[in-house]
Amino acid sequence: MKDTMKLFLLGAALSITVAPAYAEDKPKAEVMTSWTSGGEAAALDVIKREFEKRGGVWKDSSIAGFGAADAAFQNRLVAGDPPTAKQAVIGLANADFVNQGLLNPIDDVAEAGKWTNALPKSIADLVSYNGKVYLAPTGAHGESWVFYSKEAFAKAGVSEEPKTWDEFFTALDKLKAAGVQPVAWGGQSWQESKVFNMILLTQVGIDGFLKIYVDKDKDEVSTEGVKKTLDILGKLRAYVDEGAPGRNWNDATAMVITGKAGVQFMGDWAKGEFIAAGKELGKDYGCMLAPQSPGMVYVADAFSFPKIADAASQKGQTLLAEIAMDPTVQVEFSLKKGSVPMRTDVDQSSLDVCAKKGLELMSAGKIVPDQALILSPQQAGALNDYVDEFWTNPSEDSTSGAEKFFAIFE
Amino acid sequence: MQARRRRSPAATIALLPTWIAAIFIYIGTMVWSVRLSFTDSTIFPSSNYVGFAQYAKLFRTSRWLASLENVLIFGVLYVAGCLALGFVLAASLDRKVRFEAVFRTIFLYPYAMSFVVTGLVWQWMLNPTFGIQASVRALGWQSFVFDWIVSRDMAIYTVVFAGVWQGAGLVMVIALSGMRAIGEEQWKAAQIDGIPVWRIYLSIVLPQLGPALAASGMLLSMGVIKTYDLVVALTGGGPGNATEVPAKFIMDNLFERQNLGLASAGATVLVLSVIMAVVPFRYALSMRARRRGAH
Repeated sequence: MKDTMKLFLLGAALSITVAPAYAEDKPKAEVMTSWTSGGEAAALDVIKREFEKRGGVWKDSSIAGFGAADAAFQNRLVAGDPPTAKQAVIGLANADFVNQGLLNPIDDVAEAGKWTNALPKSIADLVSYNGKVYLAPTGAHGESWVFYSKEAFAKAGVSEEPKTWDEFFTALDKLKAAGVQPVAWGGQSWQESKVFNMILLTQVGIDGFLKIYVDKDKDEVSTEGVKKTLDILGKLRAYVDEGAPGRNWNDATAMVITGKAGVQFMGDWAKGEFIAAGKELGKDYGCMLAPQSPGMVYVADAFSFPKIADAASQKGQTLLAEIAMDPTVQVEFSLKKGSVPMRTDVDQSSLDVCAKKGLELMSAGKIVPDQALILSPQQAGALNDYVDEFWTNPSEDSTSGAEKFFAIFE
Repeated sequence: MQARRRRSPAATIALLPTWIAAIFIYIGTMVWSVRLSFTDSTIFPSSNYVGFAQYAKLFRTSRWLASLENVLIFGVLYVAGCLALGFVLAASLDRKVRFEAVFRTIFLYPYAMSFVVTGLVWQWMLNPTFGIQASVRALGWQSFVFDWIVSRDMAIYTVVFAGVWQGAGLVMVIALSGMRAIGEEQWKAAQIDGIPVWRIYLSIVLPQLGPALAASGMLLSMGVIKTYDLVVALTGGGPGNATEVPAKFIMDNLFERQNLGLASAGATVLVLSVIMAVVPFRYALSMRARRRGAH
């Protein structure tokens, strides 16, 4: 008895002296994301497993909801206790953090990995602030997609993907007649403004889209484009069920997965839900660009790395940045999450039709940035309010609605 | 008398930390927030003063104006609803019903829940596609409609409904303890005079419960201003901004929209409106107390 006690004490003493030294050798990462849905979590797991394989210690601090995760992150950042890495959307939202000196640049990793050669130029520019690389991109999402249930289409007798908005609405009517909910709608303002943007792109084209959002040009052509967009958006109201307000995007996706609804307008992350539900692209569901779309709205995810004093965490940041941009990880991550790899030099053979199409549009430059990339968070919020107010107020007509649009830039 | 009023130095020293905490933590942060509302701060505090620009912008924002209107509707109906329902519940339990303890627990139980749970439960119940409406239709009443939660005009009342469901139990407990304190003789006297029971409650019991109900009303009103979690869980402020409330507007702008200046302006307006509502009330109370003291 005495011996076992001694042994136990010795063991305890050893573990106290050895453990800290042991832990310090290992790169450590506490990673904060909002990737909590089935597909998203599976994708994050790809990075986690690689991180652990390369000897790192991973701690997941994910919080559901981008806004909620952001709020928690900002609180911890200001309190001086930031996580090792935070999932960020490439764009203006990070500029303030960089200017305040709260983020670590990852120039060394970027140079060693020759990121500038691997990334499309526009992305390489967007991950750098003041000439230094701050973000490690994980993948791009196309946001001009319409997902549809093959089963629902077959039931309604829609045999082909509609090419124009007229054909599209005819298809919706057929779905309605067949007793299927035509559109699976997530009635949250951020989802609605994504639909607004994808319709806007089909109405004004790539140059017109950039003219509106980048130049903030409010001439007649732009206003007319917004008006036509609102017309189509308003027409969609008739095809949405009454349970839509406040519905999460993945709940809407589930309606298409189960064949209860015909189509959903969503970014390609919805594909992750189909995959997680064991559905097969081309057999159970299909993806098409919004009718008449000349290109694709895109948004890009990345990791940002707060300034942190702890040496193990700094090592963790370097390692995580390397892994995020690793060609194999980029492909595997994209497969799970439904995104498009950021690197243009990856092996495309395992990507599905949609991702290939997305990658093709990206390398052809037929893409326009999402509001998160080009608008300040205040303006992006005002856009959400604007679209939501129009959507929920059927008595608003599109002409007066279009005139109000440019107030979001104020 | 004079000597007893003077505090010993030890007591003053002992209270000092509390004073420092009160001044720096409560008042200090409040002053800091007000200061921020006059700057163009976005995500981080800046010291670039812009005068009343944030306030001007705030009152041009339709979302903010809608939130003020909503909190007013919600506040009045929520407090009135809780007091009325709480009183009625207390009165019915006061009739010496069987299993009183069981009912008391059931009615008070919602109050033990967080607003988030209340919000989620009612969100599911009120959802027209799988809540009450769907259930009643499944029973055969096909034309039954109960879709307040998705209607712009009615959604705010669902928030009131859920709030009252949660808060009425508290009022019930406070009112019930007040009723039990009312002497048996009063009841007997009233019954000898042949006064109907409802009239006894209305004219004899209710006036005596004044202080208890005023205390409950105060507690509930304080909850109104900070209403946030209930709305977030129940409707997310929608449809449109039909159920937006000031606290949610402020939180959204603080974090998601990185708009510290505007959020601080909103918070300042909120504090000012509370002060404007409370000061006359307190003043009236103290005047009344002084008048009574003079007698």
